[in-house]
Amino acid sequence: MAEILPSRLTVESPPSAGDRESGTTVPLIETEKLSLFYGRAQALKEISLGIRERVVTAFIGPSGCGKSTFLRCFNRMNDLIDNVRVSGHCRIGGEDILGSDVDVIELRKRVGMVFQRSNPFPKSIFENIAYGLRLHGARDRKAMAETVERSLRGAALWDEVKDRLDESALGLSGGQQQRLCIARAIAIRPEILLMDEPASALDPIATMKIEELILDLKKEFTIVIVTHNMQQATRISDYTAFFYLGELIEYDSTHRIFTNPQKKQTEDYVTGRFG
Amino acid sequence: MTRRFAKTRFDATAAIFTGATAASTLLILGILATILLYLFWRGGSQISWQFVTGGTETDMFDPSKAGILPMIIGTAARVLLMTLFVIPIGVTTAVYLTEYARTTAPLTRFIRGAVNNLAGVPSIVFGLFGVGFFISFLGGSIDGLTGTSEPRWGKPALLWASMTLAVMTLPVVIVATEEALKAIAPGLREASLALGATKLETIWKIVVPNALPGILTGAILAISRAAGEVAPILFTGAAYFLKDTPKALNDQFMDLAYHVYVLSTQSPNVDLTRPILFGTVVVLLALTFSLNLVAVLVRAKIRRQMRAAH
Repeated sequence: MAEILPSRLTVESPPSAGDRESGTTVPLIETEKLSLFYGRAQALKEISLGIRERVVTAFIGPSGCGKSTFLRCFNRMNDLIDNVRVSGHCRIGGEDILGSDVDVIELRKRVGMVFQRSNPFPKSIFENIAYGLRLHGARDRKAMAETVERSLRGAALWDEVKDRLDESALGLSGGQQQRLCIARAIAIRPEILLMDEPASALDPIATMKIEELILDLKKEFTIVIVTHNMQQATRISDYTAFFYLGELIEYDSTHRIFTNPQKKQTEDYVTGRFG
Repeated sequence: MTRRFAKTRFDATAAIFTGATAASTLLILGILATILLYLFWRGGSQISWQFVTGGTETDMFDPSKAGILPMIIGTAARVLLMTLFVIPIGVTTAVYLTEYARTTAPLTRFIRGAVNNLAGVPSIVFGLFGVGFFISFLGGSIDGLTGTSEPRWGKPALLWASMTLAVMTLPVVIVATEEALKAIAPGLREASLALGATKLETIWKIVVPNALPGILTGAILAISRAAGEVAPILFTGAAYFLKDTPKALNDQFMDLAYHVYVLSTQSPNVDLTRPILFGTVVVLLALTFSLNLVAVLVRAKIRRQMRAAH
């Protein structure tokens, strides 16, 4: 269990049994020996880690290391792929989410996701956000309009789009589209926001806006972000997990990972010697 | 000054290939133009108000008195009814094949193979299938259950002809819809599911609406194929001569395509009725183009909406 939480945190002590019951420092997301197979190929190898509430946790590692696959376990998006088998445990708020008796709809309401390629619906800006609200029962147009505005403000997009909410979302720039996707995700008030390389297709200025937004959003949401950009990880994340070939190599505070990594592979990766 | 980048080579292969593509395009256009011009030349003089609005109460084999309104109504009715049947069934099948079925499973491969084979079946076979399944079995069963002495449904009818055409055009709609569904970015499905939508909600609210232009392409192809078909309706609903236009789904109907067939094979005087024949062909083409035009316009509107403002 040593790896479940960053081992050398000075601010918060590792959880003990007592803490677990009081629920204060229990990680919000917790995996235990989580393995995932595509057919016979093992993509994740017994990963155990815990992610705290209202911090930004970054997953880094070379392409194909399993970090995105791992992220997609948290909202069961891997269910969409044929021949995927998962073993071990993944708990959110203490409740295992991997069983077949889990209501994935309810899970995905609590665990939102933003994808690498912005994927707004070919609908109006308003309807993009209203879609999720309607799915979960919203009918009142006025209340919906308020939530749309709040979400767009939350995603730092309101001022740019407030006069054209009825225009197609596809007319927005790439960075705006991605912020719209963030607005859409936070509109249904999830607790956790998963971000799979949200800025990798964006130019530096749009990337900067997304990063500022993430720092702002962590006041309300627990954010887990996959990134290829190491500077980005250092700028926005509190904790960083380094993955390599389906294994969790090292997990610690971002500062430690980038200044004083304990494993040679981590050091090689963060200093740019491979990857 | 010597130029370093002056063109010195003539690429014969490229020129020949470009020429060949242009020539084959021109050939197609030429064939189409020839057909249309020939038809208008032979049939244009027949087109008159009397011809397109008149009925069969006067002699339908007399070029000066013949009217084909019943045939226009019959053809339009069977094509529209067919569309009502083929689109829901075809789209549902395509949704099953692309969204639910596992692509590599034997059952999926079997269904896909069956659909492709259906496309290769000659249309007369669909006509025979229509007689056997729709008229004898379905119609006969309805008559049996309602206990009529005289067949009311177990006979050729507009409904059975339309259904037979729907079966015939199913592959076209299925394939076109499947292509449209496959072309939708997987990211859209993921976005919807990640927001907590069920698979059904995702299909109903995101996937199918975005596939609508492709579905309409399927409808256009189905209409084009069905409008000119005679064989499937020959035994299942079309009539040689009727006094009335169809009033109910179990009425028989007169039909433009079948009328062309009648005029070219069973006319009392083939030479004399030839203008009616070509006139009917021109009207059939015009009707087919108009039905297609409606679908094309709807499709263009949907595409515009998807791209621009909502």
